[in-house]
Amino acid sequence: MMWAGFLQRAIMQGIPLLYGSTGEIITEKSGMLNLGIPGIMYVGGIGGVIGAFLYEQNAAVLNPLLAVLIPLLCSMTGSLLMGLIYSFLTVTLRANQNVTGLALTTFGVGFGNFFGGSLAKLTGSDVPSINLTATSAFFRTSLPFSDQLGWFGQIFLSHSFLAYAAIVIALLCSFILTKTRVGLHLRAVGENPATADAAGINVGKYKYLATCIGSMIAGLGGLYYVMDYANGVWSNDGFGDRGWLAIALVIFAVWRPNFGILGSILFGGLYIVHNYIRDLDVSGQELFKMLPYVVTILFLVIISIRSKREAQPPAHLGLPYFREER
Amino acid sequence: MPHSEQKVREPLFHIAKRDSIVWWKAWLIRGVVLLAALVFAGLVSFLLTKENPLRIYMTMLEGAFGTQRRIWGLMQNLAMLLCVSVAVTPAFKMRFWNIGAEGQVLIGGLATAACMILLGDKLPNPLLLLVMIAASVAAGAVWGVIPAFFRANWQTNETLFTLMMNYIAIQLVSFFTYKWSVPKGSGQVGVINRATHAGWLPSLGGHDYLINIIIVLLITFAMYVYLKYSKQGYEIAVVGESENTARYIGIPVKKVIIRTMLISGAICGISGLLMVAGTDHTISRDTAAGRGFTAIMVSWLAKFNSFYMILTSFLIVFLQKGATEISTAFSLNESFSDIITGIIIFFIISSEFFIQYSVRFRRKEAAAS
Repeated sequence: MMWAGFLQRAIMQGIPLLYGSTGEIITEKSGMLNLGIPGIMYVGGIGGVIGAFLYEQNAAVLNPLLAVLIPLLCSMTGSLLMGLIYSFLTVTLRANQNVTGLALTTFGVGFGNFFGGSLAKLTGSDVPSINLTATSAFFRTSLPFSDQLGWFGQIFLSHSFLAYAAIVIALLCSFILTKTRVGLHLRAVGENPATADAAGINVGKYKYLATCIGSMIAGLGGLYYVMDYANGVWSNDGFGDRGWLAIALVIFAVWRPNFGILGSILFGGLYIVHNYIRDLDVSGQELFKMLPYVVTILFLVIISIRSKREAQPPAHLGLPYFREER
Repeated sequence: MPHSEQKVREPLFHIAKRDSIVWWKAWLIRGVVLLAALVFAGLVSFLLTKENPLRIYMTMLEGAFGTQRRIWGLMQNLAMLLCVSVAVTPAFKMRFWNIGAEGQVLIGGLATAACMILLGDKLPNPLLLLVMIAASVAAGAVWGVIPAFFRANWQTNETLFTLMMNYIAIQLVSFFTYKWSVPKGSGQVGVINRATHAGWLPSLGGHDYLINIIIVLLITFAMYVYLKYSKQGYEIAVVGESENTARYIGIPVKKVIIRTMLISGAICGISGLLMVAGTDHTISRDTAAGRGFTAIMVSWLAKFNSFYMILTSFLIVFLQKGATEISTAFSLNESFSDIITGIIIFFIISSEFFIQYSVRFRRKEAAAS
């Protein structure tokens, strides 16, 4: 079944984007346009790699639970630190969000590639390249009966726990944003921080929390990419432009994580559709890879021309808020 | 009296905006922070390499200024980064967050390469150069004006729009590099017109890069004058401060936005021309080498002043060259330079806070007053 395979691949491509966009949506809802997401996702990925590498090097027998937990924790710590750097600079030190975000991306991508390339040398081990197939196997454990259910199993059940976690997290975030008081406050901070402040909401705290939690979610996308998609093999720049694609997906999902689920599968499909078109030469493939971005631009233009209130970016997105400067 | 006698707990410190700061104090803060950043970067390098820190700094200097060839390389890289930084500046001064310089540069480079490949043997060289200039300027300008048009008319978010335009440009370049690749299918264009040098910018006095550097300096100077002394520069500043004010005093905001992005994109196109016709003589998706993004930081760190930009882009280029040298000398991965650049920029970004605000600690004797 070719289309079942295609859908399965599309979902696998989509999951890192879903993590990235869910994280970025949470962040953007607080009015922070974190352009450091691509860097954060790299750090999330390399954090997991470092954790897994050290564990594999030092443990005689791999304990399945630890082999998953250690990379997971390392990855989340890495992306949390990145989120802290960003929010410290932009909220506490009042630096420009775009500049800080881009610097964070430069730093994060460099960090990922640097440790990806030099980890073996730095730790003095004699392995030629980083190959974490053993850890990856634990991450990729899928439901036991998925291969007995034909196309249904292949599309819906063949994935690893991180893929299902991405969907659960996206649904949870949607719920929190629209149905809870915390979500209401968060949206208020992003729409009009001055009013939120006057209503007694601690704007700085919300911005910090949203950015840090958002970063940790986004970082998991990097982890999923290395451990599931790439079979535990880190290759420099392998993650490519997926971080920016995740930011594009935020727009396409009109700032709703639950829309992001379907959007991520669509983007994942657009990202690989060139493999499934017959008689397409290499240059044609390059044109096809443009599709997600073109779709995003069209979408951005349409929502701004229609200017329906539900589909707009948070009103204070990317703008600083300092109480005494009003 | 409504005045309460209750003791109010004063926070440990509070932050107040400075009215103004003496210029030497501002530069002192910048200098101290920069020094701290360099020490920190040295510390990181030391922890990773366990080499003598002095040797690390020496290696950095060696990498940047070691030979005459390296100095020329440094100047050339400086000029390219400066050119893109100057290009993005008018838009930023208008608070138009154009992060699509990477794409605008690439599309300008692509237009240049297209002229060199398709017209290289059909036109006499001076005419070819003119066509190349026109094409690259037009391509960059178009790439810049599209987001500006939608921003001006429908408030379409320009940060996200320009970001997406980058990748369309990158994929277009990929498409054409496969189309034009030599040998077929290799995905690399190779040196264009290697034999005839058609469309190559001439080398002045035996120095290949001199003409690039001169052109960039001219653009830098022109931009300084444009922003500081022209009516249009004033309009840009007003729109940047407040669109409503601008509208109120009769500045056509839409026109200013589109015009400014036209200029910004056009200069990005010229940078593309300099990179393709004046430096690499080829095109690939890495031609802009991330300068479109770095330029944003350079321009912002220089507070949109074209001449400070020479300093900030020198700092960035020096660090990149130096860190690259460290990574080869101590056989580390070349991405080391990105880490160092990132750290230094974090430091400089935070220094601006201490220049604009003063942190006052709680006075011990507060109760006595």
